[in-house]
Amino acid sequence: MKIIFSRAGAGKPPPYATKRWIKSMSFLDSNCRAQDAAEAAARRSYGKLVAFLAARSGDVAAAEDALSEAFAAALADWPEHGAPANPEGWLLTAARRKLIDAHRRRRAEAGSDALDAIADLDQSPRPNELPDRRLGLLFACAHPAIDPAIRAPLMLQAVLGLDAARIASAFLMSPAAMGQRLVRAKNKIRVAGIPFRVPERSEMGERLEAVLDAIYAAFAEGWLDAAGTDMGRRDLAEEAIFLGTMVAELLPDEPEALGLLALMLYAESRRKARRDPAGDYVPLAEQDLAQWDVTLIEQAETALRCAGTIGCIGRYQLEAAIQSAHVERRRSGNANWPALVRLYDGLVALTGSPVAALNRALAIAEMEGANSGLAALDAVRTDARVEEYQPYWAARAELLARTGAHGDARHAYEIAIGLERDPSMRQYLDRRRSALAGFDTVRGSGLG
Amino acid sequence: MQYLLALYLDESAWGKMTPEQQQQGSAAYTAYTEALSQAGALKNANRLQPSATATTMRTTNGKTQVLDGPFADSKEQLAGYYLIDVPNLDAAMSWAGRCPASQHGIVEVRAIWAM
Repeated sequence: MKIIFSRAGAGKPPPYATKRWIKSMSFLDSNCRAQDAAEAAARRSYGKLVAFLAARSGDVAAAEDALSEAFAAALADWPEHGAPANPEGWLLTAARRKLIDAHRRRRAEAGSDALDAIADLDQSPRPNELPDRRLGLLFACAHPAIDPAIRAPLMLQAVLGLDAARIASAFLMSPAAMGQRLVRAKNKIRVAGIPFRVPERSEMGERLEAVLDAIYAAFAEGWLDAAGTDMGRRDLAEEAIFLGTMVAELLPDEPEALGLLALMLYAESRRKARRDPAGDYVPLAEQDLAQWDVTLIEQAETALRCAGTIGCIGRYQLEAAIQSAHVERRRSGNANWPALVRLYDGLVALTGSPVAALNRALAIAEMEGANSGLAALDAVRTDARVEEYQPYWAARAELLARTGAHGDARHAYEIAIGLERDPSMRQYLDRRRSALAGFDTVRGSGLG
Repeated sequence: MQYLLALYLDESAWGKMTPEQQQQGSAAYTAYTEALSQAGALKNANRLQPSATATTMRTTNGKTQVLDGPFADSKEQLAGYYLIDVPNLDAAMSWAGRCPASQHGIVEVRAIWAM
């Protein structure tokens, strides 16, 4: 099974990475064909070339440097002589030469591994047979021996070629600190001997989860900037979708890879609807359906359907299915609440996540009324983590307001506002609080 | 690649074990060492005398300071090591996970700096 997910929105900038190359090519306007060829090669090939060049030695940094020089050489050569017929092959040959030069310069300190690596590179296959080792590279980036917090940034850099400054801004770190941590992680891959390999069946579940979690972490960083004002962050969501698509294509029999892709596509389809023209937060239930991206929703449904045919449920498929039940509103006018309660039941059972339990309580409130929802929320409260979780207090406030317990609702909104970082979300909560009457329409029934 | 598996254990535990338990403990290490050897991965292995018998030295400005005791004063102490030769970190981690010390202590996996 091979699934290709085309990109939605023809006017959008290309989602692919290696933007530093693309940027460096941009002065070539006088020679658009060379530029186009370089951009296309960069997008398609960056991760493949890094993975191939570093697979034997484990030296990601050296592969990146060699590739960087190869792109610089292309920059000088292609405008003058025209783009080569096989840009990927041209870049591989150039990068390989740079890598061998670098190895020779360091020969004095090079161990036998490095010399083997040179021999390996010398005998590498013809460019059009370039083996795709990106999966191995991804599994190395998300290896259990790598700090979980650096896995997503590492993938974005090694597989997609994003520079440290851009990754740093998305992850709210200084470029210097991010650069240092990336260097340390790459150094560990090389020195500690982390292999570029696709795990055996027996360990696949856990190892793939780490890869998917890192991709989702990258997506979530991009997702935080709902208004889309921060280009660096918004792009990150698209980069994560690109990685998710890649993994789903390379591991077509892994339903969770498809589940994650579906989940990200559903979320992305609603990006525009999450803020009104003034930039204010719009909750899911009040979003303008016309703002949802139908193409992305269709791609998400396809991915989720494919995952379902494999028949092994997991966290990401459940979360995608939850999105799908919300999207039903587009056809029927209503989200599928009974299905949502069942799906959240499954998610709570699988992950024990208090966030899932919280959303389950909200779904129950939609079906059975605010009091039932509040009762379910009380059960969630036994988990101490929710006390500092803004959505818990916002949900509580919303349900209390519906029961007419306005005093308790205002109190809950205050706590929610105090816990929120995003200004537009704070404003939204504040508006909800202010809209409540100054007195309780019905006394709170001991649920507050 | 060669890796050092450094075994950090609570030394007081050994003294609290019955002779039978000590014997079982030793047997587990013997079996593990045998398995490593059988797989052709074992380069060297040793158990160390208790850290209380360690001597720590440091020379500052030409003056050598000698201390009676281990470098780090923590509950778990370096108690032994295995030097193994395996293809990569995954294989090293797989052996480290089977080491009896990972059940009752800590195993640190470190690649050897190839000269």
